[in-house]
Amino acid sequence: MPRLERPGAVGLLTASLLFGLAVPQPASSQDFDFSGFVAGEVRGFPEGAKSPEQNDSHISPSLVLQPELRYRWNRRDDRITFIPFLRIDADDDNRTHADIRELSWYHAEDDWDTVVGISKVFWGVVESRHLVDIVNQTDLVESPDQEDKLGQPMLNLNLLRDWGTLSFFVLPGFRERTFPDNDARLRGPLPIDDDDASYESGLEEWNVDFALRYSQTFGGWDIGLAHFYGTSREPRLIPRADGDGNLSLQQRYDLIHQTSLDAQYTTGPWLLKLEALTRDGHDGDRFFAAVGGFEYTLFGIFESPADLGLLAEYLHDGRDDETPATPFEDDLFLGARLALNDVEDTELLAGVILDADQEERIFSVEFERRLSDNLNLEIEGQLFDNIDENGLLSGFEKDSFLEVRLSWFF
Amino acid sequence: MPINPQRFPRPVTSKTLLAAPVLGPALLLLVAAGTPAQAETPEEKGLAIAEEVDRRDLGFGDSASTLKMVLTNKQGQSSTRELRIQTLEIPERSEGDKSLVVFDHPRDIEGTAFLSFTKILDPDDQWLYLPALKRVKRISSANKSGPFVGSEFAYEDLLSQEVDKYSYRWLRDEPCGEAAQGLDCFVIERFPRYENSGYTRQVTWIDQQEYRPIRIDFYDRKDSLLKTLTLRQYNQYLDQYWRADDQYMVNHQTGKTTRLTFDAWEFRVGVNERDFNPNRLKRLR
Repeated sequence: MPRLERPGAVGLLTASLLFGLAVPQPASSQDFDFSGFVAGEVRGFPEGAKSPEQNDSHISPSLVLQPELRYRWNRRDDRITFIPFLRIDADDDNRTHADIRELSWYHAEDDWDTVVGISKVFWGVVESRHLVDIVNQTDLVESPDQEDKLGQPMLNLNLLRDWGTLSFFVLPGFRERTFPDNDARLRGPLPIDDDDASYESGLEEWNVDFALRYSQTFGGWDIGLAHFYGTSREPRLIPRADGDGNLSLQQRYDLIHQTSLDAQYTTGPWLLKLEALTRDGHDGDRFFAAVGGFEYTLFGIFESPADLGLLAEYLHDGRDDETPATPFEDDLFLGARLALNDVEDTELLAGVILDADQEERIFSVEFERRLSDNLNLEIEGQLFDNIDENGLLSGFEKDSFLEVRLSWFF
Repeated sequence: MPINPQRFPRPVTSKTLLAAPVLGPALLLLVAAGTPAQAETPEEKGLAIAEEVDRRDLGFGDSASTLKMVLTNKQGQSSTRELRIQTLEIPERSEGDKSLVVFDHPRDIEGTAFLSFTKILDPDDQWLYLPALKRVKRISSANKSGPFVGSEFAYEDLLSQEVDKYSYRWLRDEPCGEAAQGLDCFVIERFPRYENSGYTRQVTWIDQQEYRPIRIDFYDRKDSLLKTLTLRQYNQYLDQYWRADDQYMVNHQTGKTTRLTFDAWEFRVGVNERDFNPNRLKRLR
């Protein structure tokens, strides 16, 4: 962090902050922005619930509110962002939850920038699984696709140099993964204890985690190399019985070292993608996992403005039993993305993940279209087919769903 | 979502033309001296005019602007987008400019950003930033003829118009027409030399006084007239650089139109290559 250690740089940084707050500036140089969305959502489950303690309703409504407040000054080189999140769910007490997605100060200088506070970071290139993305905890109650994340407290410094970007992360404060309630849909095969997690670190959720990432573009290649040391975002789920012999799963968060690579090669209509990692620290052995594949786009199909993308990815995961379980040990993902390129930005993504061993199939579809300047429609569905009764996904067997979401942006 | 600097026609971005230094002072003098020599072929004359357009826009450094994009369909229904564009001039003739587009409206795509490094004949480098996922994605630039955010502007209309992307032919001189009353224009044809263009050719009207594009007719792959772009309300900045605040594209085949209205042009705001780093895309909002 050479630049930060220079007293001049720190002084300048402080001065610009104070100056920005204290001295009136031209109207264009500072601004306040309030935006966000409120969304109403309905999930439909065609089948009844699998186990008797689960809520059996076929229709499950939910409400989401996410305001976004931004204060910018110093020609937007300084920014404070606040994004709280609230969901109220009719059927799942765990899904009814609030979070601070973002509460951070961002400051940019010529060849470095920094984020202090709660924020979100995404790493990765593939579509079927977010393998190397590790900074933020998954907000699993939001969606089984694991794309929603909880806000993560961080000190982040990025050095932007000719030879690449080097990003340092200090991550104080661990967030436990959220899980659907025991009486809700889309839960695991056994109830998960959500207030009794155990940690390898004696500091438990106050262990400070570290991450380092190097990223650079070399011609058609975009490469990211990263290392993470700290508490695993994935818990092991360890079965145990209470006094009455009822089985449940305890969350166990181990300390891990994870080294990862994400790479994309872009040439013509082809995107070739690879994510790979090696991880050590769970009770099991060090393991290797990777997702690799391509996206090929047919531009302007049928003499129309629409584009059709064809996706294929292979998923491998070599983890053993003493490691957080994954359904993606030896799987194939096939998908198609249709973008109409119309005024409404209509997009459709459909795909299937095929399990080579158990022959399980997860079909998914996502549709999105703008209805008006402020109103957006999303339809999302997942179909769990031929699910192995003793497998990791057995809890989802009866939980195929279709979700309709209307979002009002303000 | 694209947009880049524009060089020759200067539609969206700014930059518009530039780039001649490699050819050396001799040619510059020749061009600067104004009218090309008599023995010129129509191809040489067309190229010389394009180079002069480019030369006059050389040295603007960087520019920033906000713009409103109004898309209207045949039935007259319209929708609006608001965006910010920054362009960084890369002076070498062998390289294109860098541009950055950030969407402010509609709200559901607010913060979405598009970054493009224009090349001459090679495919451009392009990245897209998706704010909901905080994901920066390198995208294919092979869709040059595809519509930019559902508008009548194709990516290739908006991206940097480097001189060497086309070959040229001078057609005639004539009055510029109603878009620039009282001015005389060069009418030249240009033929895309890069791959994946949706056009066989473009016919452009360049005013003889200031070498500004006034009108461009686009001919599709079947050589039928597809679109006409009209550039009006030119203002001059830094005593040199002309920018059209009103750019109106009509699609003759579908009846759809797109109007770009620029606002608040700024030059030499002091951005540099690092502001165009893909890693900075997530920090634009």
